[in-house]
Amino acid sequence: MHELSIVSSVVESVTESLEAYPGARVLEVRLRVGALASVVVDSLEFCWGLATEGTALEGSKLVVKTVPVVMHCAKCDADVELESLQSFRCPRCGEPSSDLRQGRELEIDSIEIDDETGVEKTGVKV
Amino acid sequence: MTTRIVELRRGILKKNDELARGLRERYAAGGVLVLNLVSSPGTGKTSFLERTLRDLKARGARVAALVGDLETDNDARRLAASGAPVRQINTHGICHLDAEMIDKHLAGWEGVELGGLDYLFIENVGNLVCPSSYDLGEGIRVALLSVTEGEDKPLKYPTLFNSADAAVITKMDIAEPCGFDRELALRNINEIRPGIRIFETSAKTGAGMEEWLGYLEEQRAYRDH
Repeated sequence: MHELSIVSSVVESVTESLEAYPGARVLEVRLRVGALASVVVDSLEFCWGLATEGTALEGSKLVVKTVPVVMHCAKCDADVELESLQSFRCPRCGEPSSDLRQGRELEIDSIEIDDETGVEKTGVKV
Repeated sequence: MTTRIVELRRGILKKNDELARGLRERYAAGGVLVLNLVSSPGTGKTSFLERTLRDLKARGARVAALVGDLETDNDARRLAASGAPVRQINTHGICHLDAEMIDKHLAGWEGVELGGLDYLFIENVGNLVCPSSYDLGEGIRVALLSVTEGEDKPLKYPTLFNSADAAVITKMDIAEPCGFDRELALRNINEIRPGIRIFETSAKTGAGMEEWLGYLEEQRAYRDH
């Protein structure tokens, strides 16, 4: 159960990014989490309220997009998506492969902010 | 209300990954092969590591170990019996080791310099889930599984087994009374991590140790060039 550590890292990282948007409030945080990232999405959501309390992220919504595992099949010479994590074989031809191209992501994709001031760090009004 | 989307595209564990990259460079500069041992609690990581340290020392290799546990320094004291320098990391409730903990414990480790080692073993906290997210800069990640745990462990914890570079089956001396289905275990590991090197060992009898030590020496030599 390291989801609280993960969520705390997200809060820290987003808070840093907010320095460019003084006074902005975060409405939504969007993550990309690979199917092989060892992270339980429900637990992330469970921790979210607690970890964001008293920060500029309080009250924001956490949206997690799960990224499927994609492996390269040498036999088919193609990148193929795995349907299950119970067998790392090409779903087309059955060839085993350890050459993964996607599925370990643990990223903050974007945030949606309520930027009333419309002022960026550069001082330019948008 | 003006809302806007700000693209961040940033790794959540960026700080850990950056620290791990720094560690990896330091290991390479020191010429030390670093192994991260991961398993459930009770697999026999400590016994296996104690035997490995002892056997490598007997072959003239310079070895050391960092050992992670939530509490107590029992494992460090057990491992110290091998004669190798050992340092305990207590995580106080955290379920995995991270790069920062390794960095901190390498600093100020009396009598131990990375440049003076051939092998550094990191025994992770007993947990088959969380350690897989945290890069410690290791050269080889080893997933361990004992004959008492059930042959389907790799299928239950694919994220960890898939991220491993080598797999070790421990307690082979009691495989028979446990009704351990060797073929099935090997097949399951291979389903999750096709082509991985698998070592069938017993820290008690020394079975499989020769092959394991040979692998370590081979990996070290390979990385040196």
